[in-house]
Amino acid sequence: MSPLNIKQGTSKHSAYDLRDPNAEVIETHTLAVIVDNESGVLARVIGLFSARGYNIDSLTVAEVDHLGHRSRITVVTSGTPQVITQIKAQLERMVIVHAVNDLTVEGPSVQRELALFKVRGQGDHRIEALRLAEIFRANVVDSTLESFVFEMTGTPEKVDAFAELMRPLGLIEVARTGVAALARGT
Amino acid sequence: MTRQMTGAKMVVQALKDQGVEVVFGYPGGAVLPIYDEVFQQNDIRHILVRHEQGAIHAAEGYARSTGKPGVVLVTSGPGATNVVTGIVDALMDSIPIVVLSGQVPTFMIGSDAFQEGDTVGITRPCTKMNWLVKETDKLSETIHQAFHVATSGRPGPVLVDIPKDVQFATGTYVEKPSVQTGHYAPRVKGDADAIAAFVELLETAEKPVFYTGGGVINSGPAATRLLREWAEATGFPVTSTLMGLGAYPASGKSWLGMLGMHGTYEANWAMHDCDLMINVGARFDDRITGRINAFSPESKKVHIDIDPSSINKVIRTDVPIIGDVAHVLEAALDLWKSRGRKVNREAVARWWKQIDEWRAVDCLAYKPGTGTIRPQHAVARLEALTKGMDRYITTEVGQHQMWAAQYLGFEEPNRWMTSGGLGTMGYGLPASIGVQIAHPDALVINVAGEASWLMNMQEMGTAIQYRAPVKQFILNNERLGMVRQWQELLHGERYSHSWSEALPDFVKLAEAFGCKGIRCDNEADLDDAIREMLAYDGPVIFDCLVEKHENCFPMIPSGNAHNDMILGEVDTQGVIGASGAVLV
Repeated sequence: MSPLNIKQGTSKHSAYDLRDPNAEVIETHTLAVIVDNESGVLARVIGLFSARGYNIDSLTVAEVDHLGHRSRITVVTSGTPQVITQIKAQLERMVIVHAVNDLTVEGPSVQRELALFKVRGQGDHRIEALRLAEIFRANVVDSTLESFVFEMTGTPEKVDAFAELMRPLGLIEVARTGVAALARGT
Repeated sequence: MTRQMTGAKMVVQALKDQGVEVVFGYPGGAVLPIYDEVFQQNDIRHILVRHEQGAIHAAEGYARSTGKPGVVLVTSGPGATNVVTGIVDALMDSIPIVVLSGQVPTFMIGSDAFQEGDTVGITRPCTKMNWLVKETDKLSETIHQAFHVATSGRPGPVLVDIPKDVQFATGTYVEKPSVQTGHYAPRVKGDADAIAAFVELLETAEKPVFYTGGGVINSGPAATRLLREWAEATGFPVTSTLMGLGAYPASGKSWLGMLGMHGTYEANWAMHDCDLMINVGARFDDRITGRINAFSPESKKVHIDIDPSSINKVIRTDVPIIGDVAHVLEAALDLWKSRGRKVNREAVARWWKQIDEWRAVDCLAYKPGTGTIRPQHAVARLEALTKGMDRYITTEVGQHQMWAAQYLGFEEPNRWMTSGGLGTMGYGLPASIGVQIAHPDALVINVAGEASWLMNMQEMGTAIQYRAPVKQFILNNERLGMVRQWQELLHGERYSHSWSEALPDFVKLAEAFGCKGIRCDNEADLDDAIREMLAYDGPVIFDCLVEKHENCFPMIPSGNAHNDMILGEVDTQGVIGASGAVLV
């Protein structure tokens, strides 16, 4: 391989290689970031992730406290333990950030996302889709003679599983909100 | 007490309340109301630059030499985009800067109006925080908060974008003390357990070294005093990054010189071989560490930093202490004293014996000249002839910058202004003006290379206008010296675009600007020429024609470890391997 083609971050000699070779375990973490609800705040947080090369697996944001002027950003990210620590430190030092909670390490949490599935089909496929929807406790929120729109809430894994089952039955479109999460208990 | 006033008046009032004495700026359509207010008062001095980039570098020089925030006032669109380089520079080097930019009126934002630019969008990733103020009632509060954010915690640049209609409209002025600075309050006190762990380590260390950085200087005079007390009391050696020069005096007996890519042999070997590294306000920059997995393999590392994101970012630390340098050094010192001031004197004496052997290599020695001025010699003579003077040094970026760091001695902090993290060519001349404005009677010298200097040479006009007697000491090798050096070392001596074929006559240029020009091309005349520069009461452009092919040594080639330095020309064959070549 030509020396100039060495991929960034892979060269053991590279000053950009920040990762400990003994800790190359990629972990997935769900972070709840409480921020000031002001214009540009999402751009700030996303900009941090893109500028420093961090992953965003899922992202949701909405105002959660109108009077207190606060929004909650739930971001699912993945990286080595060192990168995850960096992400949290980088988020915490932002002026608009009030708190960063790592729901993955701070104890058990509830994670949910909402998904909509459009499934087109006739005959047996249509019946099978309805039957599976019942098992998954998905609701029909729109129907034509040739299609359904199902609505479902669940963990990302449950949403993935339902989508897999719908695929052969005529799944043509999926919309997902991304994960919202809260710590369990008081 | 509340007062009604226009937004433009609020800007000036807020600056006064923040104790601002000088603003560096350039007017334009979207800031005219503010300039009208600047015109009608005498408390704040406005320095008119020749290009907005000059304004922000001047503000950086002002800030770094005083410890106070630098303030910049520019117009919308190109005015704002022209300060972006300086904003990134200030972010990388943690310099407190407040940029106030004009913006098109709120009702025209997003319409591609004349001189409209998405200033908060463009500067979002390179400021510590920025604001677009859409209501006059929020303006004074925002400016006060901007100063709070710029100067607290790890300092940095902030920007407040002010639409023109907000400047014209009337609103309520909020006084500085009553402003809620919000939740932003970085921690300054270090964790007691971590400080105790640090003290325990240093009591038994056999080969310790203090590795100090810009954080010591940013922390303020107390941090410098405490560092010196620590070095004095323990006898531990001290080295520093480029940004930290002056915190420990160059004449101090524990001083090893600067470390890093062009640091001294003894400093880099001490870093490599130490058993306890005490990082005080430095950030393990890649110019410092060299090859990460060969960086100081045997040492325990203590890292004192006010920014939690600096901890374990590059190098894993055994004892991280998050807090302000002065607070942490003081708490640790008190604890260490109360535990009986223990140090492993015998082992540290052996360590010094080893360090003295490295020192004996005399890595900064250079061959005597043959008439042609060697650039190292020019800087060494400048040092000798200005020793003891009330002296401030700025630099541009390149070989001359490294020679200045190697051959000039800094006895006090805030005397050395250089673009470290970003490496901005064109920084030094405007920075020297900012320093001179802050210290009108001091000797301010910009040690420059001719290529860097040309990047912002228009600012000589500013120096003349404000009678800032800055001395531009240009080491002229008619080359982009550092680029040329790298091309020699790793691109087969193919000097692609690293020389200037059409340089101006710097003496005539000086005359054209209305200042003094001096040219020196001979070693024998050098001292007299430098004396002539120092004696002249006004700005000087000193064209020092130096050896064209000199390389800057010592050098840790990219991808090498600290104990793998090259000291001179004979060592340079094949020093940078394939994997090092991809690095900068």
